[in-house]
Amino acid sequence: MNAPNKSGWKPEMGEAGSGPVAKTASGDAGLALEEALIFELGGTGKCGVDFDEEPGDVSPALAKFARKAPVDLPALTEPEAVRHYTRLSRQNYAIDLGPFPLGSCTMKHNPRLNEAMARLPGFADIHPLQPMDTVQGAYEVIEQLADWLCKLTGMEAVAMSPKAGAHGELCGILAIRAALEARGDAREVILVPESAHGTNPATAAFAGYRVENIPATKDGRVDLQALKDRLGPDVAGVMITNPNTCGLFERDMKAISDAVHAAGGLVYCDGANFNAIVGKVRPGDLGVDAMHINLHKTFSTPHGGGGPGSGPVVLSELLAPFAPIPFVRRDEKGRLRMVEERGAKDHLPQTFGRMTAFHGQMGMFTRALTYMLSHGVDGLRQVAEDAVLNANYVLRSLEGDLDAPFGDAGPCMHEALFSDENLPDGFSTLDIAKGLIDEGFHPMTVYFPLVVHGAMLVEPTETESKAGLDRFIASMKSLTARAKAEDESLKSAPHYAPRRRLDETRAARKPVLTYKGEGVPPGTPSLSEIGGS
Amino acid sequence: MRYLPLTPNDRSEMLATIGADTVDDLFRDVPDGVLNAEISGLPAHASEMAVERHMKKLAAKNLSAADAPFFLGAGAYRHHVPASVDHLIQRGEFLTAYTPYQPEIAQGTLQVLFEFQTQVARLFGTDIANASMYDGSTACWEAIAMAARITRRDGVVIGPIHPHYLSTAKTMAKFTKDEIRELSPALIADAGDDAMIDMIDDKTSCVVVQYPDILGRIPDLAKIADAAHDKGALLVAVVTEPVALGLLESPGSLGADIVVGEGQSLGVGLNFGGPYLGLFGAREKYARQMPGRLCGETVDADGKRGFVLTLSTREQHIRREKATSNICTNSGLCALAFSIHMTLLGGEGLDKLSRINHARAVKAAGKLAAIDGVELVNEGGFFNEFTLRLVGHDAREVALRMAKRGILSGVALSRLYPDSLDLSEGLVVCVTETCSDEDVDALVAALAEELA
Ligand SMILES: Cc1ncc(COP(=O)(O)O)c(C=O)c1O
Repeated sequence: MNAPNKSGWKPEMGEAGSGPVAKTASGDAGLALEEALIFELGGTGKCGVDFDEEPGDVSPALAKFARKAPVDLPALTEPEAVRHYTRLSRQNYAIDLGPFPLGSCTMKHNPRLNEAMARLPGFADIHPLQPMDTVQGAYEVIEQLADWLCKLTGMEAVAMSPKAGAHGELCGILAIRAALEARGDAREVILVPESAHGTNPATAAFAGYRVENIPATKDGRVDLQALKDRLGPDVAGVMITNPNTCGLFERDMKAISDAVHAAGGLVYCDGANFNAIVGKVRPGDLGVDAMHINLHKTFSTPHGGGGPGSGPVVLSELLAPFAPIPFVRRDEKGRLRMVEERGAKDHLPQTFGRMTAFHGQMGMFTRALTYMLSHGVDGLRQVAEDAVLNANYVLRSLEGDLDAPFGDAGPCMHEALFSDENLPDGFSTLDIAKGLIDEGFHPMTVYFPLVVHGAMLVEPTETESKAGLDRFIASMKSLTARAKAEDESLKSAPHYAPRRRLDETRAARKPVLTYKGEGVPPGTPSLSEIGGS
Repeated sequence: MRYLPLTPNDRSEMLATIGADTVDDLFRDVPDGVLNAEISGLPAHASEMAVERHMKKLAAKNLSAADAPFFLGAGAYRHHVPASVDHLIQRGEFLTAYTPYQPEIAQGTLQVLFEFQTQVARLFGTDIANASMYDGSTACWEAIAMAARITRRDGVVIGPIHPHYLSTAKTMAKFTKDEIRELSPALIADAGDDAMIDMIDDKTSCVVVQYPDILGRIPDLAKIADAAHDKGALLVAVVTEPVALGLLESPGSLGADIVVGEGQSLGVGLNFGGPYLGLFGAREKYARQMPGRLCGETVDADGKRGFVLTLSTREQHIRREKATSNICTNSGLCALAFSIHMTLLGGEGLDKLSRINHARAVKAAGKLAAIDGVELVNEGGFFNEFTLRLVGHDAREVALRMAKRGILSGVALSRLYPDSLDLSEGLVVCVTETCSDEDVDALVAALAEELA
C-alpha cells in the first residue's frame, strides 16, 4: 500500500538525497520496462491454450511424413503472454499517443467503430469460398465501397483485389500493359518522376518495363516540356503521383495526360496522397487511366505496425476491360455474384488475370466503408480541407526556421516539405528527427523525396488539433534553434526513448534474423544486462 | 464531425497565419472546373449509431461459420483463436503504429517481428524468414521470382497447388520470362511426385509443390527436392495450412530451399479472404535475394540489445527499379496475431492442436466415405483436409443444396477448376478442432440424403 502514514507526508521522504541514481537490479526503471524474448521467457511443459480432448494418434498412412518431435517453440501461458505483448507494446510510438507526421503515409486517427464493424461475425467469420448466396452482404460491402471509390474519383471501374498500394500499382501497370498489348503495341518504357516513391519504379520494372526518370521543374513539379520531348512510340506510360511527394498539386496534370495519350501512352496516377483532394478533386477529370487508393491512408484503416493495407485501383473506361479477376457483379435477378475464373470469359474476356487468392482485403473494406459512411461525402471534403490547412499551417509556421524549398511557389497540399539547407554543418535531418523523438513526437518522413537534400516531409493529417500542431511547431522551432546553436547533445538524440540510436551497419554486416541463443532459464538477468551494458 | 478536431475558429486563425482568405485559396493549383466538381449519389455524414445499423444489416445477410456446421478449407482455415490474441493486437501501440522506420520508438513492433521470423523459420525448418508478405499466393509468386534471380533460369514446374496461387503465378509470368508448366490434379490418391520429377529439366528454376496439396494429399518433398537439386533447380514448398506442420516434417528439413505459406490459420481468422498473412522462409545464403522486410538484431549506442529493419538495400525505397520486390506495406498486424497465437500454443500446443485436427478429420472421413456414392480420394493419407468424390454428381450443386440446408459442407473443386470436368465430382472437406461431433454427424446425414 502506498498511503501516507498518519503523521502525513514529510518532504524529506523523497526530495532529499543527491548524487547519481543507482542502477536498478531489475534493469527496468519505473514504467520504462524492458522485455526479454519469448525464447528467453517461455518454455516447455506449459501452454496458453487448453483443449477439450486428448490428441489422437497419427494415422498409419501419415506416419512416414510425421515429425519426430514437436516444433522447437516456447510457450507462454495467457497471463505471461498478455504481459509480454503489453510490455512490448509500450516500447512503440503510435498515433494513439500523439502526432505521427510521416509524410506520404497519412497517419490519421483510426476510428474504433471501424474495428468493431470489421469484427462482426457476419464479416469476420465467413469463408471466401462459401456458396455465393450465403455471403450476399459481404459482396454488398464490396459493391458499395466500389461505388464510393468510383464516384469520389470520377472513374469508370475499380479493381478491388490489390492488397496494398504497391500491389495496386502493379495492377494498374499490368492493366496498361494488357491494353497496349491488345492493340499490338506493348512498348518498353515507363516514365517516372525522380520524386516518385520507390514502389513506382520497382513496380514498372517488375512488369517488364524499363524505367526512365522525368526531371522536375524548379517549383517541384513534373517538367511538362521535358516529358513531351521524351514521349514517343516506345513509351507505354507515365506514373505520376498527384498530389506529388513534394506535397504539391501537379498543376499540369491534365496537359500531361493529354500529351501522353496523344503519344499513344497511358497514365498511371499514384493515389497515395488522395487524402489531400478527396471530395474536392476527381482524378478522372484529369485524364488519369488508373490510380490506386491506399485504404490504409485516406480511408483510415490502421497501419498495424507495417500492414495490412488495401490498394483498390480505379480504372478508366479504356482500362476497365483489362481489370483483374475476381470482381463483383449483379446478375439479371439482382443477385450479387463473384466473377472468378468461372464467368471471366463471359463477363471480362480481356482480363489480365488474377493477382491474389480470393477477393482482396475484406477486413479493410468493412473498415473503409464504415469510415466513408461516417464522414459522408461532405465530411470527406472537410477531411481534405483540414488536412491541407494543417499542412500549410505547419509550412508557414516553420518556414522562417527551416528551408522550405518550394515554399515560395505557393501553398502546399497535405504535407509540408523542408530541407536541411538551413542546418549548420555537422547537423543533419536525422538529428532533427531523433530530437523529435525526445520531444515526444514521431519524426516526419526523412530523406524522401530524393529530389530535396535532407528532406523532411511533414504530413500532419486532418486529425491533429490546432493545439497539437502548435506543440509540434514549438518543438520543431526549439530543435532547429538547438541545431543552430550547435548543441552537440542533439547529435546523440534520442536520450529519452526505450533505445538510443541503433547500429544499423552492424545489423546488416552480419545479419542476425532469427534467435539463435540457448533458451535462457526463467529468472534470468534483465535484458539490459543480456545486451551488454 | 467526430473525427475532425479543428473548430471553425481554429480554421480562421490558421488561415490568418497562412495569409489565405479561404481554404480554397490553398487549392489554387487545381484548375477551375475541376476543383469542387459536384459528386452526386453519395450520402452525407452519419452518426456512429446510424453507421452501425447500416453495417449490421449487411453483416446479417451472411451465413457466418459459427452459425452452421462448417467444413471449408482450400486455402483458408477456421481455427479457434484465443480471446487474448484479438485483445492484444488492438492495443493502440501495435494497431496504430507505422512500419518501424524509427527503431528507437518501435522496439515493440520490431521485437515481435524478430520473434515472428524465428517462429516461422522453426516451423518451416528454414534458416530465416521475413517479416511477412501480403498472403500465401503473393508469397508464392515472389518465391518463383526469387528462384529465377538465384538460378538465372526461367522454367517453372508447378504441382497441384491451390489454383488461385497458380493463376496468380501465371498472371505474373505473362510479364516476366517465366515459362510455367503445371501438373493438374486428378481425383486419385497419387500426389504426382514422379510426374513432377519428370517435368524437371536443365532449364528449371524451381519446382513449386504444395504440402499438403490442394486435394489434401501429401507429396514426398524429400524425393522431389533431391530430383530438383540434381538438375540445379530449387524446391519451393507452399504451405496453406501451417497447423499441418505441427504434425508433418518441416519442408525445410526435407530439402525445400524456399518455403512460403499462408499464415491465416493462426491468429488471423477467416475474414472472407483477407487480410491474410504471407509467410516466407528460405536458406540463409539467399537472404539478400529475399523480398520484403527483414528484422535483425543489433545494439544501440549504450550497447543494449535492440532490433532494426535490415538488409534494406534489397528494397524498393533504396534500390527502386532494381529492388527484389515492390512490396512496401505488408501484413504486420496479422504477423503479430500469428505470433501471439503461436506463443500461446508453443511447440507442444501446436503438436496437440494438429493431432486433434488430424484425428477428427480421419474420423469424419471414415464416416463420409461410408456413404453410398462417396469415395475418399486421399488413400495415401491426409492431415485435416481431404477430397471426396461424389460419384455422378457435380459437387458444386451438392454444396449449394447443402448450404440451403444450413451446412457449409466443403469447397467444390468445380468452383476452383471451372474448366475441368474431371474434377467436378470433387469436394474438398476440411475438419478442424472447431468441428464438433454433432457437426460431423449433421454433415454425414445431410450428404447421405442429398446423394440418395
Ligand atoms: C507515394 C506512395 N506511393 C506508393 C506507396 C506504396 O503503398 P503501400 O505501402 O500501400 O504498398 C506509398 C506508401 O508507402 C507512398 O507513399
